Amino acid sequence: MEPDQTQIEPLTLGEQRRAELVGPGHSFATVTDKISSIVLTRKTTLGFLGAFTVAFGLAMMLFYTLAYVVVVGVGAFGVNVPVGWGFDIINFVWWIGIGHAGTLISAILLLLRQQWRTSINRFAEAMTLFAVACAALYPIMHTGRPWLAIYWLFPYPNTMGLWPQFRSPLIWDVFAVSTYATVSALFWFVGLIPDLATLRDRATARFARFAYGMLAMGWRGSAMHWHRYETASLLLAGLATPLVVSVHTIVSFDFAVSVLPGWHATIFPPYFVAGAIYSGFAMVMTLAIPLRVVYGLEDFITLRHLQNMAKIILATGLIVAYGYMMEAFTAWYSGNEYERFMILNRLKGPYAVMYWALIACNVIAPQILWFGKLRRNVALLFAMSLVVNVGMWLERYVIIVTSLHRDFLPSSWGLYSGSKWDWSMYIGTIGLFLTLLFLFIRFLPMISIFEMRTILPQAEVKEEGQ
Amino acid sequence: MLHLDQIRRKLEAERGPRYWQSLEELAETEGFQEFLYREFPRQASEWEGDEAGRRRFLKLMGASLALAGLMACTRQPDEKIVPYVRQPEEIVPGKPLFFATAFTLGGAATGVLVESHMGRPTKIEGNPDHPASLGAADALTQASVLGLYDPDRSQTVTRFGQISSWDKFTSHLREALADQKAQQGAGLRILTEVVTSPALAAQIQAVLKAYPQARWHQYEPAHIPLDRHYKIENADVILALDSDFLTSGPGHLRYARAFADRRRVRGERTAMNRLYAVEPSPSPTGAKADHRWAARASEMEGVAAAIAAELGIGDKAPVPKWAKAVAADLARHKGSSLVIAGPYTSAAVQALADAMNQALGNVGKTVIFTEPVEARPEDPVASLRALTGEMQGGTVEMLLIVGGNPAYNAPADVAFRDALSKVKLRIRLGLYEDETSEACQWHIPEAHYLESWSDTRAFDGTVTIQQPLIAPLYRGKSAHELLAACMDQPERGGYDIVKSYWQTRHPAADFEGWWRKAVHDGVVPGTAAAVRNAPAPAMKAESRPAVQGLEIVFRPDPCVHDGRFSNNGWLQELPKPLTKLTWDNAALLSVATAERLGLQSGDEVELQLRSRRVKASAWILPGQANDSVTVHLGYGRTRAGRVGAGAGFNAYALRASDALWSGGGLELRKTGRKVQLAVTHGHWQMEGRAIVRSAPIEEYKKEPAFARHMEHAPPKELSLYPEIKYEGHAWGMAIDLTACNGCNACVVACQSENNIPVVGKDQVAKGREMHWIRVDRYFEGSLDHPAVHHQPVLCMHCENAPCEVVCPVAATVHSSEGLNDMVYNRCVGTRYCSHNCPYKVRRFNFLLYSDFVNETVAMQKNPDVTVRSRGVMEKCSYCVQRINAARIEAEKEDREVRDGEIQTACQQTCPTQAIVFGNLNDVSSRVAKMKAEELNYGLLADLNTRPRTTYLASLSNPNPEIEA
Repeated sequence: MEPDQTQIEPLTLGEQRRAELVGPGHSFATVTDKISSIVLTRKTTLGFLGAFTVAFGLAMMLFYTLAYVVVVGVGAFGVNVPVGWGFDIINFVWWIGIGHAGTLISAILLLLRQQWRTSINRFAEAMTLFAVACAALYPIMHTGRPWLAIYWLFPYPNTMGLWPQFRSPLIWDVFAVSTYATVSALFWFVGLIPDLATLRDRATARFARFAYGMLAMGWRGSAMHWHRYETASLLLAGLATPLVVSVHTIVSFDFAVSVLPGWHATIFPPYFVAGAIYSGFAMVMTLAIPLRVVYGLEDFITLRHLQNMAKIILATGLIVAYGYMMEAFTAWYSGNEYERFMILNRLKGPYAVMYWALIACNVIAPQILWFGKLRRNVALLFAMSLVVNVGMWLERYVIIVTSLHRDFLPSSWGLYSGSKWDWSMYIGTIGLFLTLLFLFIRFLPMISIFEMRTILPQAEVKEEGQ
Repeated sequence: MLHLDQIRRKLEAERGPRYWQSLEELAETEGFQEFLYREFPRQASEWEGDEAGRRRFLKLMGASLALAGLMACTRQPDEKIVPYVRQPEEIVPGKPLFFATAFTLGGAATGVLVESHMGRPTKIEGNPDHPASLGAADALTQASVLGLYDPDRSQTVTRFGQISSWDKFTSHLREALADQKAQQGAGLRILTEVVTSPALAAQIQAVLKAYPQARWHQYEPAHIPLDRHYKIENADVILALDSDFLTSGPGHLRYARAFADRRRVRGERTAMNRLYAVEPSPSPTGAKADHRWAARASEMEGVAAAIAAELGIGDKAPVPKWAKAVAADLARHKGSSLVIAGPYTSAAVQALADAMNQALGNVGKTVIFTEPVEARPEDPVASLRALTGEMQGGTVEMLLIVGGNPAYNAPADVAFRDALSKVKLRIRLGLYEDETSEACQWHIPEAHYLESWSDTRAFDGTVTIQQPLIAPLYRGKSAHELLAACMDQPERGGYDIVKSYWQTRHPAADFEGWWRKAVHDGVVPGTAAAVRNAPAPAMKAESRPAVQGLEIVFRPDPCVHDGRFSNNGWLQELPKPLTKLTWDNAALLSVATAERLGLQSGDEVELQLRSRRVKASAWILPGQANDSVTVHLGYGRTRAGRVGAGAGFNAYALRASDALWSGGGLELRKTGRKVQLAVTHGHWQMEGRAIVRSAPIEEYKKEPAFARHMEHAPPKELSLYPEIKYEGHAWGMAIDLTACNGCNACVVACQSENNIPVVGKDQVAKGREMHWIRVDRYFEGSLDHPAVHHQPVLCMHCENAPCEVVCPVAATVHSSEGLNDMVYNRCVGTRYCSHNCPYKVRRFNFLLYSDFVNETVAMQKNPDVTVRSRGVMEKCSYCVQRINAARIEAEKEDREVRDGEIQTACQQTCPTQAIVFGNLNDVSSRVAKMKAEELNYGLLADLNTRPRTTYLASLSNPNPEIEA
């Protein structure tokens, strides 16, 4: 592909907008070179290897934990009666929530023709996939008999005529999460095909050519291919769009359908979806900021991107704050003694520290994003994104633990704290997530090459010419 | 190089029995380690690591010990054996048989029926024909079946800790006795627990006759004289002075039944009895009282004197208003009132109580004095002290310790253990190789009462012939057999001894028939102790000086008693009725005292009494008398076995023989450390929720349905789902809170019926106890004078069961008879059902709690109930195995299941018959009638769960003259 002639005429409006999304001086070729070189020619640095080793070590810790829990029993975790769900479900919801940003970016923003999504789309989708993989471990491992749970929750014909309990939200969960994982994986892979072909064409090593060639599935870039590609990705975007809303809605049903004060609330679905997008964008930011620095991608992931994400974080953060308010209001307004006790217990009970930390992280901290100047401070944004991640973890902790630990009969009240195995599994899934992410960065283009080319100002001209 | 003091320290720090062979082993010298390494696989490595490793190790140990001891039972003999072609009469595989026998505690028997499956006793129930049981059994009695299978029980005759044999022992005994014979037994002493067994007493007398200079001593740390009993059924007004007559002491099951029967307001019965209680430490009896006052043990005499003075006994003294009202109430009920002085009160209080009963004309009506039931009544402490004196004096050459554990539980000022070393020949018969065995040369394993023939007497003297349910698991010997060996009859069996004794007592021609009937019924008719006239009250019993500062109160533990049940997991894990503590005792303090001393529950404190010190953990108990510290005996055992080792602190170390049950001068110092205690129910209050609903009877008469006004249960029509019709049976339960006294009998009954595992202190502390039925305890009112409520909570079998809809695999489902069934096979363990259960009655096997390895423990299991494995949820099934058994019986006989034919385990054992189970579709059933009462309410019925288990609100009968 030849670099285009340098434009002399003033930029059109569309071009101006595009220019904010890509650094100056980029042509089709430089974009392709820059992104593919990370995979094909860049030396694997010691820093990368070191970081990968740490992540991989943590992932091994995860597998050790899983083996231990299978051998000894779920009692290795800190769960008890009344608090039968702890870190397992907290982390499940946390990871699933994180995944949502990827789907939102790749599906909804695609349909809404938000071109700024392009540069963050690919790794956000990868993040989704890896987050779902981490999340899916928890509902299996939290059960008393994971070796049975792993397939008994699926409806399959059997000689005993036994079916799952379709009224149980956990069954809905199985469908929601497995659909989500499937669609996300497909969407991600379909989007990768043209870039895999680029890598195939550029790779010099025999094995890389072979591997990328296999994965590119015979992509030749013909007009027919592009046509089919566009159709398929639109269809998948259409399929994925309701999932953005439905998955976390159903996850929230795990709680909302129960009779437990603190769980039994109609606000849960929207509040959970907003929280998921909130935490998801925070995680995208947590990953994007170091990536653009380490791999010199400031030209592709620009301040404009970060600002846009910050605005989404602010907006969804406000919805989440509204959720907290309504939870408290409804508890008071209902006049129900159990609901009222539940909210007071959150504010003043043994886990009050968690609650107030959550308010500080999720309600107070994001308010700084109202200010443009602060939104452009990359270091601050990075810190902010970490705070939101912590806050959303705390939110799940508060919802699950404080609701369970003191319910109807004071005789059954108890306390909960995570055991060392809870922590090792949590940190282990972070390790697994990072391991997968490092492999992804090393072997696949983390930014969509062909899509980036379409948002170059040069591409605008051609589009207008059509 | 050996460091002896190091070894000693190590042994002291050791938990559980430690078998050692040489000092080198103890010192763990390198050479020995190497030897061990070459010789044996490193099993001990299992100890390291966390709970899972430890559990596994215990199981392995248990299995090897069990196998070692079980040769006789589980292995088939080498000889040719022949299976029975014709079935022996009555034994049908899968059908249990019941045998009558009796459980004895402190000399007083409770008649029991033992359920036996194919020769294995599995469960103990009360004997309805026995006067001390009436069909009920308390927690200790029921848990004794677990003791039978305890793999920590001693299994062989040992000499100096080395395995020996009965034959070697008897030959040694013969030599030693020959020496004694020469000096007419001047050096021979026998120490037993308090003996009520007529046959054993006759044997001891025979020995004493053969060795005229020999002496017999009895010691029991918490003996209650068996020379009186009460007719609670005749009493309208009862004053309990530091007496827990409802849940402890001889005859308490009968008293609890009579008390509850007289309290039920139903049908034409509109009056209730009234109970006043004054006590230093809250007891279930105090909790049940209509008026309860906390008074220090040292003030009890003043309280008794004040009330007595009002009744015209003794000098007039300034009397508080409430005491006047109590006295007036008692005086209004002459002949139908009762003053009970607790067995642990001073002689002066007991004398005052006798005088009051005398003055009120209660003797012969509500209080019955009888000839002593004990074979030889005596003061056990004086007896032990006399023996110890002789031992120290060197006159005792040979001591036979039959049962008991005096080296552990002797009063601190009776140096029995030290004196023991002065005795040349020390022989011990005991269930465990415990602290006393450790100090003896010979240890003979004692046969459990379920393994041996004997006889015993109830609180009123009624005799039960105890029959064995199983051949001794560990070739143990009974006391009868040991004494027979002393008379040179080492091979004489218990059966022969007991039967021939009773032949002398009943020399009629029909003896065989009489014997069969007596053994079968579990009661020997006409053996109740003779009633005697009231003793002249000894009014001038020495008054004890008033106590300044802190006082200490000693009590036997409600679960492990005097320490004899330390190694019983069911009892260790049984939440104590008031504190809900498990696996530990504690120094109980009132709220005000704890505040004054700056103490919180779980603080470690050092108790010092007359220069004796012990470290204990403090526990705040509302209702405890101020400046009074209650400690329970029976903990801090050093050689209890693997279950009991290391639990709690030893209160005997503070207990002097002149202050056996209470004493002043206690000093308490906070050490600054915290002790982890495992409680199952930490929260005191009901938080203003209508959980236990109660009212005075006057209020009930004005508004009988007061309990129902405390909730808003949604109407049935509100459901989107069609109403389910239950054709045939609809099982349900009603629990009368007026009757329940929180005694815990139901908890152990359920545990033994339903194979509920013991999880251990660390797991209870984590909130993972497994009891299917629990007794909730709530305090109401002020922290200093709270009312206490008990409420048994089990699965409610809700008609709209919230647990069922959330189970993803449909492992918990509704039966056509309205039971909420749990399908263990199907459960994957998401625990969602537990979250959605508002009653939190579901229990989860977080780890592998059930013991699948230990063969003896496995023998206790009820074969009709699945033993649950790891990772599944479980909960109360309304004893579905009993329902099915009764249904099958009824179908075979082509009839309906009769009302009362099915009794759940908790219902069967309930001393007060608070629990009633039956068919709700049968309007004439007891349960349907109870549910039709206006007192009936559903717990948390506002949630529209429509529970099948409901409660009858608790009624009390306060004296209107006394302000609350």
